[in-house]
Amino acid sequence: MARVLLRNLNKHYETFHAVKDVDLEIQDREFVVLVGPSGCGKTTTLRMIAGLEAITSGEILIGDTVVNEMPPMDRDIAMVFQNYALYPHMSVRDNMAFGLKMRKFERAEIDRRVKIASDILGIEALLHRKPRQLSGGQRQRVALGRAIVRNPQVFLFDEPLSNLDAKLRVQMRVELKKLHERLGTTAVYVTHDQVEAMTLGDRVVVMKDGWVQQVGDPLELYNNPANKFVAGFIGSPGMNFAAVTIERDGDALWAANPGMRVRVPDAIVTRLGPHSGRAATLGIRPEDLHIAGPADDAGHCFDAHVEVVERLGSEILLDVSVGPSSMVASVPPTVRTKMHETIRLALDPERLHFFDAETEAAI
Amino acid sequence: MIEGAKWRRWVYFYIPLGGFLIWLLFPFYWMLITTVRPDGELYRPWNAPNYTPFWTSNPTFEHISYLFTETLFATWLWNTMVIALAATAISLVCGVFAGYALSRLKFPFAGSLGTMIFVTYLVPQTLLFIPLADIIRNFRIGDSPWALILTYPTFLIPFCTWLMMGYFKAIPKELEECARIDGASRWQAMVYIILPVAVPGILSAGIFAFTLSWNEFIYALVFLSSPQEKTVPVGVVSELIRGDVFFWGPLMAGALLGSIPVAIAYSFFVEHYVSGLTGSVKG
Repeated sequence: MARVLLRNLNKHYETFHAVKDVDLEIQDREFVVLVGPSGCGKTTTLRMIAGLEAITSGEILIGDTVVNEMPPMDRDIAMVFQNYALYPHMSVRDNMAFGLKMRKFERAEIDRRVKIASDILGIEALLHRKPRQLSGGQRQRVALGRAIVRNPQVFLFDEPLSNLDAKLRVQMRVELKKLHERLGTTAVYVTHDQVEAMTLGDRVVVMKDGWVQQVGDPLELYNNPANKFVAGFIGSPGMNFAAVTIERDGDALWAANPGMRVRVPDAIVTRLGPHSGRAATLGIRPEDLHIAGPADDAGHCFDAHVEVVERLGSEILLDVSVGPSSMVASVPPTVRTKMHETIRLALDPERLHFFDAETEAAI
Repeated sequence: MIEGAKWRRWVYFYIPLGGFLIWLLFPFYWMLITTVRPDGELYRPWNAPNYTPFWTSNPTFEHISYLFTETLFATWLWNTMVIALAATAISLVCGVFAGYALSRLKFPFAGSLGTMIFVTYLVPQTLLFIPLADIIRNFRIGDSPWALILTYPTFLIPFCTWLMMGYFKAIPKELEECARIDGASRWQAMVYIILPVAVPGILSAGIFAFTLSWNEFIYALVFLSSPQEKTVPVGVVSELIRGDVFFWGPLMAGALLGSIPVAIAYSFFVEHYVSGLTGSVKG
């Protein structure tokens, strides 16, 4: 077990700057998830930690050792690949034992470790099979087992669940979480799926275009996104955005556009003050919208035209248009409404977010 | 498979397939029937009363025994086998390593080097034997098996390299990366992981190389002159056609016996060979 330290890490391909000034400290025993859309540099970062990509500039430390020039075999890491990368000509047992054989472990010790790992993963019955005789979920387990037997300092996961079907993915996600709990090995996990990131990560690193956008625990990202990108990326369905103008009216500030006029809660009036008279982006999550009732302040209500009603069972998603912008509201399944109706929605003022119209940074 | 009525299957599947098979196999049948046909029938004019070109009523082994007793056919077979195996072995080793390097290692001009190797394969042998003959003479290895063992790789190595390059590219690079993270050096990853996975590709490259050297004619004709050094394709043609007289029986017997080793090699590895050509690697 060890911490992993990335210092000012950069990766240039010939004409493409893939990873830009990444600074990150991953604590011992921590589960850190790198998440972002494709091409954001998350996989490149992981591959640099693994030693599969050369570093253009910056430093990577595993434990207290700078590993920049160290070949993958000496870094004491294990990696699980998206396509599992099981050795097709070897049995499951040999797949798991390969890393130990390469490191010249005793026969008895190899058997012991393979036994323990296959017990943990429930694949004892598959040990004599070849990878092609396994289902996707079983292959995934073998790939995990191959990482576990090594008992490495760091686990690296490169989108390990994205080749599984949706149901199995949820199940394996839970198992991965349990496994990490049990083994306590430092883990770096790459995914493009924000749900995976939120459920698995002790901390989540959101990346875009090679830059780290925000690092934080899942709820921090959800509650206090640093910018519009993080706000829109984390959470499902994504946050609603509306272009508004901040207007001053005595002591109060209002965020207004042709479809809505929302009073800015007192708590953030001071922060938003300098922006009065200027354009901004208002953000509100679907789950922070509800059907307006008598208790709601008129300054937090607005009319919305229902365009689509999606009944998911546990909730209803209303796709509505509010003036020029469209929004999604998540309401309880008991709400009765139909397409093309006009309803009155209220928002939770404590949960409002504002972003600078130009820099997109949170205000 | 063709669906629907039975006649459709016959019209669209069995009859065309049968026609194709007959078209394809007829030369071999002709070879076989000529081999076992006695001389009396072979040189019978077409308007003779008992003219039967497609079968024979008195099969004989006289041509085969002639081949082994009156000519050096057994020696030619042995020569061809030794030369083909040695040239194939050299070419496979070079081709596998070169193919691996060109498809997996990043080094300057890797792409253009690959193209250049392919271009050398395109130079026709009928031109290349002229400079090669000079080299053979300078090294004084003419009229010995070495003349062929060392010149066949000039066209076999480019061929094997290209076939293996394609095959290595089809193997997911994660396999190798995973092995290297698991503690293998690049060399170990290649030996323990990539080569075993590439066995079908290596086998098909080997079979192809073996067939090409077994059937090779022009180099063997130019570089070998003594009858006891010759290979089957050259020996049969040079010793069994005397002037304008064709000894059809022994000629066809030689051709038949000469194609058997290749046919055996193919049928033995046919499954590997097909999957090698289609480049399927199942994870």
